[in-house]
Amino acid sequence: MQRRQLIGGLAGAALLALATPSLAQAPIRIGSVLSVTGPASFLGDPEARTLRLYIERINQAGGVLGRRLELVLYDDGGDANRARTFATRLVEDDRVIAVVGGTTTGTSMAMIPVFEEAKTPFISLAGGIEIIEPVKPFTFKTPHTDKMACEKIFEDLKRRGLTRVGLISGTGGFGASMRNQCLRVAGDFGVQIVADERYGPGDTDMTPQLTRIRNVAGGVQAVINADFGQGPAIVTRNFAQLNMGVPLYQSHGVASRSFIELAGAAAEGVRLPAAALLVAEQLPDNDPQKRVVMEYKQLFESTQNQPVSTFGGHAYDGLMILVEAIKRANSTDGTKIRDAIRATRGFIGTGGVVNMSATDHMGLDLSAFRMIEIRGGTWKLID
Amino acid sequence: MDQLLQFVFSGLTVGAVYALVALGFTLIYNASDVINFAQGEFVMLGGMVTVFAHAAGVPLPLAALLAVAVAVVTGLALHRLAIEPARGANAVTLIIITIGASILIRGLAQILFDKQFHRFPSFSGEDPISVLGASILPQSLWVLGGAAVIVAALWLFMERTLLGKAVRATAANRLAARLVGIDTALVLALAFGVSGAIGALAGILVTPITLTSVTVGTLLALKGFAAAMLGGIGNPVGAVAGGLVLGLLEALAAGFISSTYKDAVAFIVIIAVLFVMPQGLLGKRAVERV
Repeated sequence: MQRRQLIGGLAGAALLALATPSLAQAPIRIGSVLSVTGPASFLGDPEARTLRLYIERINQAGGVLGRRLELVLYDDGGDANRARTFATRLVEDDRVIAVVGGTTTGTSMAMIPVFEEAKTPFISLAGGIEIIEPVKPFTFKTPHTDKMACEKIFEDLKRRGLTRVGLISGTGGFGASMRNQCLRVAGDFGVQIVADERYGPGDTDMTPQLTRIRNVAGGVQAVINADFGQGPAIVTRNFAQLNMGVPLYQSHGVASRSFIELAGAAAEGVRLPAAALLVAEQLPDNDPQKRVVMEYKQLFESTQNQPVSTFGGHAYDGLMILVEAIKRANSTDGTKIRDAIRATRGFIGTGGVVNMSATDHMGLDLSAFRMIEIRGGTWKLID
Repeated sequence: MDQLLQFVFSGLTVGAVYALVALGFTLIYNASDVINFAQGEFVMLGGMVTVFAHAAGVPLPLAALLAVAVAVVTGLALHRLAIEPARGANAVTLIIITIGASILIRGLAQILFDKQFHRFPSFSGEDPISVLGASILPQSLWVLGGAAVIVAALWLFMERTLLGKAVRATAANRLAARLVGIDTALVLALAFGVSGAIGALAGILVTPITLTSVTVGTLLALKGFAAAMLGGIGNPVGAVAGGLVLGLLEALAAGFISSTYKDAVAFIVIIAVLFVMPQGLLGKRAVERV
């Protein structure tokens, strides 16, 4: 019996070996906990698709260090408690060498202590700046921070000579974090936040909040909405309903087609900072990111039958940074991989050009964000 | 003034949906003492089935009709497959069954549809109407009008038809109703079917404004339940009043006090009301005769 199994196993391995040279060795296990279902599923779903797609491709091309990659993926449904349970399982039972994922800031923050203690490198796909600030030895992230989104928006406001701004944010992790960052950095750009309104995660009507913003003494010159999901779509529609008459800025959290579909004509003229991936075709040919984003976009859209979103792009960046680090470290030791991730320089991803350091575990600067306006029902690159 | 009016419009629109959900709770509660926590899923089905039928090329009115039919069938199936077999069980057990059913319906919907948010076009355009300085969406008028028509139709049904009288008789005293020859099982099935229809209609009316996804039912069930409690559980008029009051409370709290604590404000008011009037605004005091 044992012998037959062995022969069967060898035959199977030989068959696979046609594609990949040495499968006799144990695969390299990479863990992931994503919010594939639940309220953040529109982030988690493309992330999961991207990881599966690229791990398969890497294996077809011979794997990493001559070994296959194996993805162990759990769905936390957007629940931070479940994420933490899965994180423990990844470390203790699955013995993964590194983890890519953690879809939301909330789930990522819940998992960080587990990975830090186990010295497992962790590349989060969530936006909140508290993931990497203060720097934690084994924690990295690929998406732009909410602080950068605020700065990019304020930069644009400054250029347009607008200083009195109303802020409306969701009370969820992303909205709350971005609100704090915007309040913190507004002064650096000479921007004054004159209204600060909030709404809950399931809220379906934000006209009361927007009415308050409109009626602020002295008026507002622009409104910023910090949130992701259906909230910004409703805010955008309410904004048009109330005929606010000032520019509306959204965050990078709405950078997917579904936002334009849900907000409809009301989305016209809305500006947001987003990754280059969103406007891949509009990038000039000499843009360093052009080739990477076009390749990712074409592969994702041709295999998944759905439009690309920047969120899947973050997963691509995270996986590729990890794979390159494993190759450079030439090892699957957690600390060595961590050192190699930290030494990432000039990595061109979908989110921007990444230069990590011991003090910067994200490695992106403001140039990674592009200011985009919604015109004629599609994204238009403005700078 | 225009500010107050804007908050009132906002509150009434949201409140009308809470009212319809609360009405669904009331119908089933009256027929069986069961709080049907799958009530929110009917709203979800109404929106989602319409979205997907419409996307598949079915004209909007037909898609809406189909959605109502799906919700009615779901309501009847919930009664036939889950409530009826457990008919001897006490109300708490039945309530737990409805919670299980709501999770099942949500799970199935997630597989059948998807997890994204959706909407379909408003019934009569998107251009807001200006009323005394406040602006209201035409779809909000549809929601308010639709809710009024549904409440009126339900009232006529209850007051003017034999079947409706049977429902009321069952609500008043189940044993006595059975003794005079009313098929209480049929009445219960009817309550589930009609609740399904009301929920679906609410979902169809409100989706162009609030968007829908497979998860919207949970929160609506909670708010609708709070509204039903506020109005006095078991009283249809109370359910409608409770829904509208809850919607107004939320909007006014967001507008005048603090948008951060608007839900807290609304629920504190509900708790205060129930503390003073445990039977709700319009509920009858429950008296145990010994």
